[in-house]
Amino acid sequence: MANSNTAPGVSVTAGGAAAFDRRNFDWYVDKAVQAIVFLCGISAIIFVLGIFVFVTKEGVGFIFEHMNVREFFLTPYWFPSDADDPEFGILALMAGTASVTGLAMLVAIPFSLGAAIYIAEFASGKTRETLKVLVELLAAIPSVVWGFIGLVIMNPLIIKWFDVPVGLCVLNAGIILGLMAAPIMTSIAEDALKAVPDRYREAAEAMGATRWQVTYKVVLPAAKNGLLGGVLLGVGRGFGETMAVLMATGHAVNIPDSIFDSVRALTATIAAELGETVVGGEHYQALFTIGILLFLVTFIVNLSADLIVRGIRKG
Amino acid sequence: MTSKSMLLSISLAAAAALASGAVSARTEIQNKGSDTLVNVAQSWAEQYGKINPDVAVAVSGGGSGTGIAALINGTVDIANASRKMKDKEIAEAKAKGHDPVEHVVGYDALAIFVNKSFPLDSLSIPELAKIYGRGGGATKWSDLGITIPGCKDEIVVVSRQNNSGTYAYFQEAVLGDKGKFRQGTLDMHGSKDVADLVEKTPCAIGYSGLAYATDHLKTLCISTEKGKPCVKPTEETAFDGTYPIARPLMMYTDGKPKADVKKYMEWIMSDVGQCIVAKEGYAPVKKVTCK
Repeated sequence: MANSNTAPGVSVTAGGAAAFDRRNFDWYVDKAVQAIVFLCGISAIIFVLGIFVFVTKEGVGFIFEHMNVREFFLTPYWFPSDADDPEFGILALMAGTASVTGLAMLVAIPFSLGAAIYIAEFASGKTRETLKVLVELLAAIPSVVWGFIGLVIMNPLIIKWFDVPVGLCVLNAGIILGLMAAPIMTSIAEDALKAVPDRYREAAEAMGATRWQVTYKVVLPAAKNGLLGGVLLGVGRGFGETMAVLMATGHAVNIPDSIFDSVRALTATIAAELGETVVGGEHYQALFTIGILLFLVTFIVNLSADLIVRGIRKG
Repeated sequence: MTSKSMLLSISLAAAAALASGAVSARTEIQNKGSDTLVNVAQSWAEQYGKINPDVAVAVSGGGSGTGIAALINGTVDIANASRKMKDKEIAEAKAKGHDPVEHVVGYDALAIFVNKSFPLDSLSIPELAKIYGRGGGATKWSDLGITIPGCKDEIVVVSRQNNSGTYAYFQEAVLGDKGKFRQGTLDMHGSKDVADLVEKTPCAIGYSGLAYATDHLKTLCISTEKGKPCVKPTEETAFDGTYPIARPLMMYTDGKPKADVKKYMEWIMSDVGQCIVAKEGYAPVKKVTCK
């Protein structure tokens, strides 16, 4: 993944510089392409920094002027538009995000690990290729479509099966989010399993191990860092997802005490309210403060996932 | 037409447009805000476009807070609101160099919706406060002595997102000056979503503009206190103020309206414009006879 910018030995091989000038058309094309690719490469860094600076700039006023840290993190009352006494407590929103993401992982981890093990270790030929394509297809479904499924299909089903008054709840959003995160986790987990050298498997098979024994005793332990990295990326996905969560949770500021309670996620709060606030106002800044929080958490989750995945490459 | 003459006519047209400037070119009026008013506003815009093809009115909803925020940010000509602008908002607008002027364009009765299976026909304001207010005490229908067929007892409290004018008006009118909403209400992003959810959920109660009442819902008769006679929300009771939770519907302009916006506002207040208010299910500001 590391992009090297070293010119491929141009100056070294040219013996007599005057006798053999390499600066023909291809040489210029090469230089130009290198410059463009370099710009594309660092643009990601520029964008990330730019976004971070922007989000911080908009939200930092709230942190220093209005924010009461205790109120912000420890009270569940999010009523930011009250004229006399606005309340900015995100405890319930954090509980909403955590409960939905947690349940989503419970759904996604067995599914995606199972799928990855089947694709990488058991399936072969056409089955494997078809499955891989289907998994990618699943990853390409837009989140608003998932949200729609939660709203229109899951909602009445949950009401019917569990006899609860409303089907827009932690369970609904957790299942939807789990299904959304599963394809990414499957792909990464499958890569991790594929990265285990075949000689491990061959050695185990030579000892008389069955397929499952090979997988369970040899391949999974060898790939565990990559699998963990995949899970963490799935967590990051769940944490940052907005649209589907907005539609499937019921959007109620509430600390859930069962999976049938409606909740509201941090991301959904920003999405639902940001367009309607006065630019620069207290409510606007508070939403950006939530943005900073989300940015930091996803950054940490993704960074640790990346470090863990890199860990296996080296070890 | 040959390509040459076509080119000529295009450049002529362009020159004409340039020369006449703002006078005859199609002007656009940006109109945004209240979800309660959005259907009326769209209807106005359509009808006005037929009479005045030179003026295009672009209407969008999103909630009173959205419209007011846009007025403060200077991105709309007219903001629709189903609540009055707060002092804080007026101060913010003034600080940004805008001067909001209020126009009452109609009246609405805030309807309380319940599912068709709800056994009663009326509730009182204190009962609503018990259901919606923080620490109000009613989280189950049995707390109010009500049993709904098909509902296990828990009240599903449907509310609106917190920038909605309907939300703010409900808070003020039902929960009182210091009253706050309880935790865990389902905050819908539009009046229609409220009506849809209440229609499907036996345990639910919700509120929105009268225009969103349908035959698939029960619209409650409201009394100021339990035991007192209740009033049905209608255009008449909204207009004469007998319905306890009726409210004016407003449009805000930046300063006194000028030119095209002025003409548009005058047309809205005319009999034609007010008949559209009546047709969309709200009460006009004056007595009008409509076809």
